[in-house]
Amino acid sequence: MTRASPVEDPVIELHAVRKIYRMGTEEVRALDGVSLQFGTGEFWAVMGPSGSGKSTLLNLLGCLDVPTAGRYLVHGEDVSGLDDDALSHLRLRRLGFIFQSFHLIPQLSVRENIELPLYYLGWDPAHSAERAVELAGLVGLESRVNHRPAELSGGQQQRVAIARALANDPEILLADEPTGNLDTATGEQIMRLLGDLHGQGKTILMVTHEPEIASFASHQLHLRDGRIERIEDPS
Amino acid sequence: MMTRRVPMLREIRLGIRTLILHKLRSLLTILGVVFGVGSVVAMLAVGEGASQEALRQIRQLGSHNLIIDSIKPTDEAVAGGGRVRMVMYGLRYLDEARIREGFPAVARLAPAKIIRKEVRLGATRMEMRVVGSTPDWFQLVRRPVVAGRVLTALDEEQGTAAAVLTEHGARRLLANANTLGQSILVDGKAFEVVGIIRSAGGEGAVQTPDQDVDIYIPMTTARRVFGDLTTRRTAAGHEREWVELHAMIVEARELADVEPLAWGIETMLRTSHPDGGYQIRVPLALLRQAEATRRNFNIVLGSIAGISLLVGGIGIMNIMLASVTERTREIGIRRAIGARRRQIVRQFLIETVVLSLTGGLIGVGLGLFIPLVITQVAGMPTVVTAWSLILSLGISVGVGIVFGLYPAARAARLDPIQALRHE
Ligand SMILES: Nc1ncnc2c1ncn2[C@@H]1O[C@H](COP(=O)(O)OP(=O)(O)OP(=O)(O)O)[C@@H](O)[C@H]1O
Ligand SMILES: [Mg+2]
Repeated sequence: MTRASPVEDPVIELHAVRKIYRMGTEEVRALDGVSLQFGTGEFWAVMGPSGSGKSTLLNLLGCLDVPTAGRYLVHGEDVSGLDDDALSHLRLRRLGFIFQSFHLIPQLSVRENIELPLYYLGWDPAHSAERAVELAGLVGLESRVNHRPAELSGGQQQRVAIARALANDPEILLADEPTGNLDTATGEQIMRLLGDLHGQGKTILMVTHEPEIASFASHQLHLRDGRIERIEDPS
Repeated sequence: MMTRRVPMLREIRLGIRTLILHKLRSLLTILGVVFGVGSVVAMLAVGEGASQEALRQIRQLGSHNLIIDSIKPTDEAVAGGGRVRMVMYGLRYLDEARIREGFPAVARLAPAKIIRKEVRLGATRMEMRVVGSTPDWFQLVRRPVVAGRVLTALDEEQGTAAAVLTEHGARRLLANANTLGQSILVDGKAFEVVGIIRSAGGEGAVQTPDQDVDIYIPMTTARRVFGDLTTRRTAAGHEREWVELHAMIVEARELADVEPLAWGIETMLRTSHPDGGYQIRVPLALLRQAEATRRNFNIVLGSIAGISLLVGGIGIMNIMLASVTERTREIGIRRAIGARRRQIVRQFLIETVVLSLTGGLIGVGLGLFIPLVITQVAGMPTVVTAWSLILSLGISVGVGIVFGLYPAARAARLDPIQALRHE
């Protein structure tokens, strides 16, 4: 199963990607031959039942993991063979992550959490603080920059996480069930925020199993048993 | 393509903050290093104090000097029994002449006759060591002159009845600067007090040629007035002692001459005194020995301190391993954001070094304080040297690096995905 028409300038291309986990003698084919192109500015919802390989796919796309077989290209550059340092560098420069359980660092303030990518990019403190405050404003939390994550609600924490994911101005935003730990109303707030970012031209890849959440996306990818079951491509 | 490095200062500040977050735990963690470094500094201070004291005492004897003492043989070796015993031993006038003439390396030589006699000044009387010597004595055993003068070549030539007191001796005899020029009775013979010099002082382990309470008279006078034979009353009867010279201080021209000279004199004396009766002391050799002892002492102390530092280091490693486990998620987050393994290693290593260095600084404080207490309470001299502080701080940084490396490597090796899943 592939897309109806080839993409002009794909951000990401997958060619027969497999991810196999070996547990003793047993073999789990988390991804079993996935080939797909993701275009610039597209907003994808990755769906499927539990254990279908959604998170595995997102981790691969996020360069947190390498495929067992197949090729994975970012802007035409093969990433599958890169070493740990190069993958880290790729994440730092081009990717932004949003997680289901927010994953903020508890001992750092909101501002410092948002600054984290800039810290590793080597920005000077004054500039990165400025940018962090600006991003906090973008997600409506300018008044909370000096708070600790524990002092914020779940929705606010997720907004901080989004601000942090945006700090390095990534080409691709990756979100694994970003609304999974939030109530419906808060979840919709977050989705509107992602929708806005999509509107501004960000490429977003998001895992979810809620159809209402998926409806915010422009494209949908349905997985089952590590294979592409169905693609909903508006074009 | 690599990113710019994060400035060290920011990492250090972050490390300090993380550690302040767990104040009590951090404090308990560094106790081992605190005591380790504290004992290194304190023990080195005690060791240094002891060795400087020893060096001071030995230097007092003069590093260029040899001291030859006459030794009275033990009773069994003394020939003849009965009520009147005659003992003859020790250095001879001939030995003095031979040493003066036979060894070009000799710069100066001060022979000494040392006899115990009763000394009287006015109504006060006490037994004192009467030292007959030449003016060179005062060059080789340098003591500041408190009043008057020391013995001169003229005194020696003419055999005057001049006497020089030590400060302590003068005090006991109730003598002072006004006593100069007055007459003093030594074994009933009249002498004129011409000067008072400072006493040897110090209750050191090293025996100086002079003593606290001495009276110095010209050698020629001592020979003429008291002679070589002394009679002493003992429980068994009388004991008569024939001793020409009780001691000699020999000064070598060069430091390098000291030990060959000692060896040469030893060889010479062994031939002329086959039964012994003398002893050569070489302050330079004692000095060398003291330095060797100090080295060994420091090695032993260092090992003990090393063990406490090792224990301290293991304590730090233990806590850092716990911290890595506790902060697995944080590590996962940092890695997902794009931190390289090396940056994670740095982060944890810096935290560990901040910990151990803090321990080291507190330990130095402790190590500066303990010697003060030791000096106050035990009266032992202590000296804190700058290099011992630098060494201890260096060691504490080293401990941090050595014991922080494994936890930091563990943190960096974590798989980001697993780390993020960690609860
Ligand atoms: N580290 C691993 N070791 C072994 N098996 C794994 C590992 N990670 C994932 N799997 C397996 O791979 C398959 C896909 O897992 P994945 O986490 O991608 O599912 P998912 O679609 O995200 O499910 P959910 O909706 O429950 O999050 C599952 O069968 C899972 O058990
Ligand atoms: Mg999942």
